[in-house]
Amino acid sequence: MTASHDTFSDKMADAAVRATPEPLATRVRGLSDRAIAWLFIAPTIALLLAINIFPLFWAIWLSFTNFRANRPNAAVRNVGLDNYSRILNDPDIWASMQTTAHFVFWTILLQTVIGFALAWLIDRKFRGHAFWTTLILIPMMLSPAVVGNFWRFLYEPQIGLFAYAVSFVSGIPTSDIQMLGNVHLAPWAIIIVDTWMWTPYVMLICLAGLRSIPDYIYEAAEVDRASPWRQFWSITVPMALPFIMLAVLFRGIENFKMFDMVNLLTGGGPGSTTEVASIALKRDAFEAWATGRSSAFAIVLFVAVFGLANIYVKALNKVKQR
Amino acid sequence: MSSAKTSSVTAAHSVVEPSPASRRIAGALVILYALVTLVPLAWIFLTSIKSPPDSISYPPKILFTPSLEGYCNLFTTRTRQTPDYIAALPPPSGVCDAVTRERNMVIAGPSNFLPRFTNSLIIAFGSTFLAVSLGTLAAYGFSRFKVPLADDLLFFILSTRMMPPIAVAIPIYLMYRQLGLSDTALGMMLLYTAVNVSLAVWLLKGFIDEIPREYEEAAMIDGYTRLQAFFKVVLPQATTGIAATAIFCLIFAWNEYAFASLLTSGSAQTAPPFIPTIIGEGGQDWPAVAAGTTIFLVPILVFTILLRKQLLRGITFGAVRK
Repeated sequence: MTASHDTFSDKMADAAVRATPEPLATRVRGLSDRAIAWLFIAPTIALLLAINIFPLFWAIWLSFTNFRANRPNAAVRNVGLDNYSRILNDPDIWASMQTTAHFVFWTILLQTVIGFALAWLIDRKFRGHAFWTTLILIPMMLSPAVVGNFWRFLYEPQIGLFAYAVSFVSGIPTSDIQMLGNVHLAPWAIIIVDTWMWTPYVMLICLAGLRSIPDYIYEAAEVDRASPWRQFWSITVPMALPFIMLAVLFRGIENFKMFDMVNLLTGGGPGSTTEVASIALKRDAFEAWATGRSSAFAIVLFVAVFGLANIYVKALNKVKQR
Repeated sequence: MSSAKTSSVTAAHSVVEPSPASRRIAGALVILYALVTLVPLAWIFLTSIKSPPDSISYPPKILFTPSLEGYCNLFTTRTRQTPDYIAALPPPSGVCDAVTRERNMVIAGPSNFLPRFTNSLIIAFGSTFLAVSLGTLAAYGFSRFKVPLADDLLFFILSTRMMPPIAVAIPIYLMYRQLGLSDTALGMMLLYTAVNVSLAVWLLKGFIDEIPREYEEAAMIDGYTRLQAFFKVVLPQATTGIAATAIFCLIFAWNEYAFASLLTSGSAQTAPPFIPTIIGEGGQDWPAVAAGTTIFLVPILVFTILLRKQLLRGITFGAVRK
């Protein structure tokens, strides 16, 4: 960098600016730090460009055409914004967005309430809490597809354990508990499995939030004779809120693009009652082979997730600063 | 509560410690939740050691004679034969042979489960190795050097993981068809590497940030080059972080279903899209599905227990460290 520097001032500069170790490069043998930085980062960026960004641009291009992947030799015509206007005016697409919104809303509500309650209970630090916490965490690590597939068996009205248990408790005949076949129950069948699977996720993050609250704040509240109720709403909830928000955002993004579980449990059915956005997209792209139109739909979903991801990263950085 | 306050300074537990009674209630509720949520998993295992008639009996059987039929059916294909034909055969050569003959069937050959399971192993380990290698280099680059636009690059890297898999799959499908990567282990490995590298960079950057710079600087003053310092000083210090990151990448690749179900169909198909297709005579062979699910889930169970201290970090991209 600065060839005129003698070794002494180099050392001084070194000690002074730890954050910018460029002066080291003049002294050490081998590659300069800048070269190493790029050498280390470039492969990752190159891979992401090839596997994520290039296909993304391809999809953007396709979204303006009438291309069909099952007819690769047919003439490709530019259709301008036609695909987008058809997507945004298609009542089926809007219905799938509504189904997604319903699914996201209820799963997040249930997971946040149950997850926070569990975290609060675990934070009482009863004997053996670490062991039980680990057991509770197991479902979220498992494959949503493979486990979701098994839930089809649990949901079987004639032989399934779920129908049996519900019937045993409520007295409703098992033949009426068609969790996957009934248009009113099918969305809830998916919400139940998702909540079973992902409540531990919210719980774990909420637990970190609760543990980040220093004891002295509660001690001060005790001195001020604040009631436990008041302490809960004025200290516990607000101080754990950034963590709760982080969990909510992440679950929101994940469930917005939910595919595995729904595809295996109901495949979007009965009819299209559980056809969330990803299932609608899959049908359009890989069953109807309307590649151009489905690319436009994919881009619309991208933009939505990208917006959410932006908020998510801001939330991450906020939590990190604590 | 207020009576405890006055003695709190000298008492064994401070004012903010919950009372023993509230602890016991909290413990009971958490344990109840854990037991209920573990029922589906226990049911998977129990179904895997049931005979097919036991698995579909109503009410569901908790006590039954264990059978290896599910595991036998998982690994074999069978054909139905007349009792006379079976009686004329030489004595059965193994447990599965005997179990199959009781159902008036003979083993025709191995099923596709083992090749699919092997695919899962190859693709998961291959992509994990690549993602962690690339991720470690990039994380070191971001951690130690002033990279221009570092925050934007890091956000870009993370955002690629947030994209809906079905939306990504459309152009990937077309691209792989052009490149001859459709239904190949290499194609799936590259795709999973691209998805996992974002997690690896974010997690490992956190781990490497925690290793004091002074270690490398001391090594460089002793005459190491930057590269030598990286390999001989930083990497050994980051072993725990690298191992934890590798397990997270492994679990993702192992569990992945959306890409696998759309982009593989035969030779490169992994276990998650295969397991739901296991059928017997007259529908889904639930004991065999349960057996496949059990074998598939056991590694994840082991890893979850090994990872329990790092889980929080892994699921929040390294933002929450406890």
